[in-house]
Amino acid sequence: MSISVRQVSKRFGEFTALDEVSVEVEAGSLTALLGPSGSGKSTLLRVIAGLETPDSGSVFIEGVNVTGRRPQDRGVGFVFQHYAAFKHMTVYQNVAFGLSIRKRAKDEIRKRVDDLLELVQLQGLANRYPSQLSGGQRQRMGLARALAVDPSVLLLDEPFGALDARVRAELREWLRRLHDETHTTTVIVTHDQEEAMEVADQVVVMHRGKVEQVAGPVELYDSPANEFVMTFVGQANRVGDAFVRPHDLELTLEPNGTTSEAMIERIVHLGFEVRIDLVREDGERLQVQLTRDEAEQLELERGQIVFVRPTRQTTFR
Amino acid sequence: MNGRKVSLRVIALGYLGVILVAPLALVVWRTFAYQAGDAWKALSDPETVHAFKVTLEATAIAVPLNTVFGILCGLAIVRRRFPGKGLVNAFVDLPLAISPVVVGLALFLLYGRTGWFGHWLNAHGYQILFALPSIVMATVFVSVPFVAREVIPTLREIGDEQEQAAHTLGASSLQTFWRITLPSIRWAVVYGVVLTTARCLGEYGAVAVVSGAIQGKTETATLRVQEEYENLNTAGAYGISLVLAAIAVTTLVLMSIVKPREERV
Repeated sequence: MSISVRQVSKRFGEFTALDEVSVEVEAGSLTALLGPSGSGKSTLLRVIAGLETPDSGSVFIEGVNVTGRRPQDRGVGFVFQHYAAFKHMTVYQNVAFGLSIRKRAKDEIRKRVDDLLELVQLQGLANRYPSQLSGGQRQRMGLARALAVDPSVLLLDEPFGALDARVRAELREWLRRLHDETHTTTVIVTHDQEEAMEVADQVVVMHRGKVEQVAGPVELYDSPANEFVMTFVGQANRVGDAFVRPHDLELTLEPNGTTSEAMIERIVHLGFEVRIDLVREDGERLQVQLTRDEAEQLELERGQIVFVRPTRQTTFR
Repeated sequence: MNGRKVSLRVIALGYLGVILVAPLALVVWRTFAYQAGDAWKALSDPETVHAFKVTLEATAIAVPLNTVFGILCGLAIVRRRFPGKGLVNAFVDLPLAISPVVVGLALFLLYGRTGWFGHWLNAHGYQILFALPSIVMATVFVSVPFVAREVIPTLREIGDEQEQAAHTLGASSLQTFWRITLPSIRWAVVYGVVLTTARCLGEYGAVAVVSGAIQGKTETATLRVQEEYENLNTAGAYGISLVLAAIAVTTLVLMSIVKPREERV
């Protein structure tokens, strides 16, 4: 295991950020820490980096207990949500910072920085200052800076959170490709389940300072461990005691015994998919997801009465 | 809208003009218009030269001391948690709240012949009052807040993420300070130094109490102005005032020239 977090707890005053959390991260993997804000995911990342000291528990990186070590002695690369760019330094100087601290030879630094700037597609911007870069460029600079010192693990704290949706999607894909090339053990913190599912091999779902489930994206979606994971990862309708994904609801125009009656409250076109909001007779609301073709075949209209039936549902307890 | 903007500007400029510019301009005018010769005579007097020397000496000691203190104090207040932090924060401002004359009296009580420290120091042959040490102490005291007051909001604004990033990249606390923190707050420090310098050069009240204003020995430039004025040598008083004002204005102007526009953080 490249990173091993054992029984770590951290409180901020009355607030318990981490409650006996244990997580294992395999060498060379890309792991996402996923959870809503206040779930403790960022605190966990900062504990791994040494930027927060845990109240109890220990952190191992590559088999070494680093719990008492300062961040500068841990060999981690850290990427911040708001870039933490060194504003008074050029892009080149930013990326070279870690190497110049390590007193590497000038030629060696130049070569390494040039390589990295090419890797993050910032060649030609070496002499710019961070204030002259776009958010996406700044974050790629932050990544190059963190990678420059060959960290044993790369930690990213909501790295794309401050970027607009398109840039975020681009960088996400690019990060995954980068990881496939470099194979640096990477942990990324995100509150965006789509982002976690898209980039990560392993997703650690956190909620109120505890780990709810650790699984690959497919398993997480198909076999959520509990109600929280079911509703946080992907959409889910609550039908009595059971949960149903919006695409696991079948819509028909005629009743057939197992169906229940509902009225179409709203039809939302989202490109390829169509979302239909229903209200049942008992006042319960449901969301149904159809492909555009399916929706067109049924010729649905607002206010229409339809019949709905779950094809697959999940019950906990 | 536009009319309101203009009238605001007129009020602001008018106020500055009446309060600041007019008296300064008068000093300049009075010095040059009629008594340039007398002013020059007063300025070239060895006792005046000595008075400037004393002022500059006190300033040269107080400014570096308070710069280092101000930066450390700012870092402690913004970046660290320690008991009594609020108290330290309040105490930094104390010299702004207390009249310099009171400061002078306090020093007098401490270091006078019968004072707490003065008794012992005098017995061991150290002269504090009516000598350079007391002038320096008074100057240091009254100019404490300026660097800290400039540095603290800037440190708050830049946050500590850059410092954390430097740590994760392998930088020690000292390396982080020299390479990240100090360059980020440099303009605040420069501005603080300018204000501190101006305050040191202009200090009058506290120094008046503790120095004894012995001509050619413990008289500072501002005390010299008072002296000349009392001796009805107004030309000399204007001349010395003008030089003091000129030093302050020059440092301010130099700073605003050196400071790049986009870096007004």
